[in-house]
Amino acid sequence: MTQLVAVLIDGLIYSSWLFIMAIGLTLIYGVMKILNIAHGSLFALGAYTAASLAGYWFEQGYPAMGSYAVMLVSAVLVGIIAGPLLERGLLRFMYGRDEIVLVLVTYATFLILEDFIKLVWGVDPYFLYQPYGLLGSFDIADLTYPNYNLLLLAIAVAIGAVLAWALTRTRQGKILIAVIHDREMAASQGVNVSRVYFVTFTLGAMLGALGGALTAPMISVQPGIGAETIVLAFAVVVIGGLGSLPGAALAALLVGIVRAATVHFRPELDLFSIYFVMAAVLIVRPKGLFSTQEARKI
Amino acid sequence: MKISNLVYRLLATSVATAALFAAPAAAADKPIRIGLVSFLSGPAAGPFGVPARIAAEAIVESLNAGTAPAPYNAIGFSGVPIELVIIDEAGGATKQVAEFRNLVERQQVDFVIGYISSGDCLAIPPVAEELKKLTVLFDCGTPRVFEEGTYKYVFRTRPHATMDAVAGARYLLDTRPDLASYAGINQNYAWGQDSWNDWTAVMSVLRPKAEIVTSQMPKFGAGQYGAEISALMQSRPDVIHSSLWGGDLEAFMLQSTPRGLFRRSGLLLIAGEPNLHRLVGNIPDGTIVGARGPHGVFAPKSALNDWLRSIYRARTGLDPNYPAYSAAQAFLGLKAAYEKARLDKVRNATPMGAAEGVKEGMEEAYKMPSTDEVIAAFEYLTFDGPSGKVMMKLGKGHQAVQGTAYGTTRTVGGQIKIENIKYYPVEQVQPPEGMSSIDWIKGGLKPGKW
Repeated sequence: MTQLVAVLIDGLIYSSWLFIMAIGLTLIYGVMKILNIAHGSLFALGAYTAASLAGYWFEQGYPAMGSYAVMLVSAVLVGIIAGPLLERGLLRFMYGRDEIVLVLVTYATFLILEDFIKLVWGVDPYFLYQPYGLLGSFDIADLTYPNYNLLLLAIAVAIGAVLAWALTRTRQGKILIAVIHDREMAASQGVNVSRVYFVTFTLGAMLGALGGALTAPMISVQPGIGAETIVLAFAVVVIGGLGSLPGAALAALLVGIVRAATVHFRPELDLFSIYFVMAAVLIVRPKGLFSTQEARKI
Repeated sequence: MKISNLVYRLLATSVATAALFAAPAAAADKPIRIGLVSFLSGPAAGPFGVPARIAAEAIVESLNAGTAPAPYNAIGFSGVPIELVIIDEAGGATKQVAEFRNLVERQQVDFVIGYISSGDCLAIPPVAEELKKLTVLFDCGTPRVFEEGTYKYVFRTRPHATMDAVAGARYLLDTRPDLASYAGINQNYAWGQDSWNDWTAVMSVLRPKAEIVTSQMPKFGAGQYGAEISALMQSRPDVIHSSLWGGDLEAFMLQSTPRGLFRRSGLLLIAGEPNLHRLVGNIPDGTIVGARGPHGVFAPKSALNDWLRSIYRARTGLDPNYPAYSAAQAFLGLKAAYEKARLDKVRNATPMGAAEGVKEGMEEAYKMPSTDEVIAAFEYLTFDGPSGKVMMKLGKGHQAVQGTAYGTTRTVGGQIKIENIKYYPVEQVQPPEGMSSIDWIKGGLKPGKW
């Protein structure tokens, strides 16, 4: 019984982390039809910026609790600098081209940003471990968990809820849905599609960086973390259905629980657990759990 | 008129001395080019590749200045300065094979020193043989290189990884004689799987009744270890064996320490030494660590050790870790072989007891040794390294052996110290020549003759 409880808790924690990683990617794909491989670099930039700024915060002896605000500010900074730079400086020249061209462009951007990170931060790892233990811990099922994990869970739920509310209950959200449904038609109705793209990409970049900033206290921030993350985030987005917000949430939950169960009961199969879920879902629903039927345009 | 043998011997000795300690004018114009292959990017760069490169650059600078201690105080190699051509090891074995060809055919290097990844160490030797380029593997661990192959042009100046498990298990059982159970967390690729397989094989010999309670195999670069930590906590092993390294090790420690995993179980880190200085506050006292050889904190005091520590500290402000010692052993081993070949050449080239051919003999003596001559000098060579004597005694004289050491961590004044150090001689931790590691382990770890 305690093992089942552990599977549930470990699964939920991992799911919330996965969802935070994937949400920016699915948002950008949903609106802009860009499979943004550079999302991994935005994650890494968020982690490095948070490690540097919050590390400085601790070095100066400022109140430790303030480090959470510094991590948030780091994500916002990366989002509002890197997002507009990439969207205005590069991607807007590629709109209307084949999706595979955009994948190649964002992949090239990813490679450039990986080297940029090495130029700025070097290859030595950075630590920001203090925030992970600052909030205390709780005991359950003969196990101890840092409360930071609950923070991750709360942030994942909050991001999902706010995005769902904004998309369905606000004017801007309805405009976004109109653009998702038919870009040309939305433009003909007076929607500034270029601005929608700009805001969406910046928000997606910010969410990617937030994932990195929130992950930084749990890992050694070092070159290559972006590549690992983009693979996982991509798997979640594909399982959920490209561009689907509820799909990403359900996929993250499914992957998280299956992985936790695998680790507890058949650890030797852990390597395949995510891809097993992916294969199983795609056999039944080739376009993912929440894929929508697209009308054929003539 | 005949010159006596004694006079010739004196002449030969002075030629040899001159050859070793003075740069011949003709050869001084052309430095010896050494290709150095080490991880400069990717996860292995920080803990392994970059420290090795820093050590290599510092060593070459010191050798070229002639400031290394004896017997390495001749400038460069036999008076000829060394020039490094540095290549990034990242990118996988296929890329490294192409890089190796590039080093040999385009960069025209004289020797190659390199390779941290065991995958690269298995891929490069056949190409080194094909291109006839003397190559020194400096840090990788897989015993398969010389247990499954025989190479003329390939040497490894660091002991192979079998000693990790053997010495680790001996140390664990020496310090925890009541051990009843153990678990593992190792990366799910060749290194992690091999390390765990070696460990379980050794434990099944040394402590057959100990129970394996769980074996966690997260993927390389997993980053998140929440479920693995829960599984380890719930299985409550006496000790956890881990070959995690670099960022994976650090992430695991950062996530498991606040959860109290190490209040329930001890920890043995096979490859933790390079990360120790970064884990202050995140590694429990009593963690068992080794360095595959008496490197780093385990190195006994000597002039060579002091030299390596001082030139490394001058560049980094840190003490050298074991990849830095590996790099040092490769350069010093190659230098020792090269200079021995030169000395042998002088002795052989000088006509003994004959008046004719003296000029030709002297000219021959001043020539740099050929690759074949260096190989002949390298095989079965014993040379001094910063961590003690290194003997090229396995793999038909191409694979180094050394004793090794393990110890336990204790944090004192914000620094991690290693205490309760135990040294294990070669015969206790390495299989004898002609026997594979796994056969030696399964055969009961009987000490060989050295």
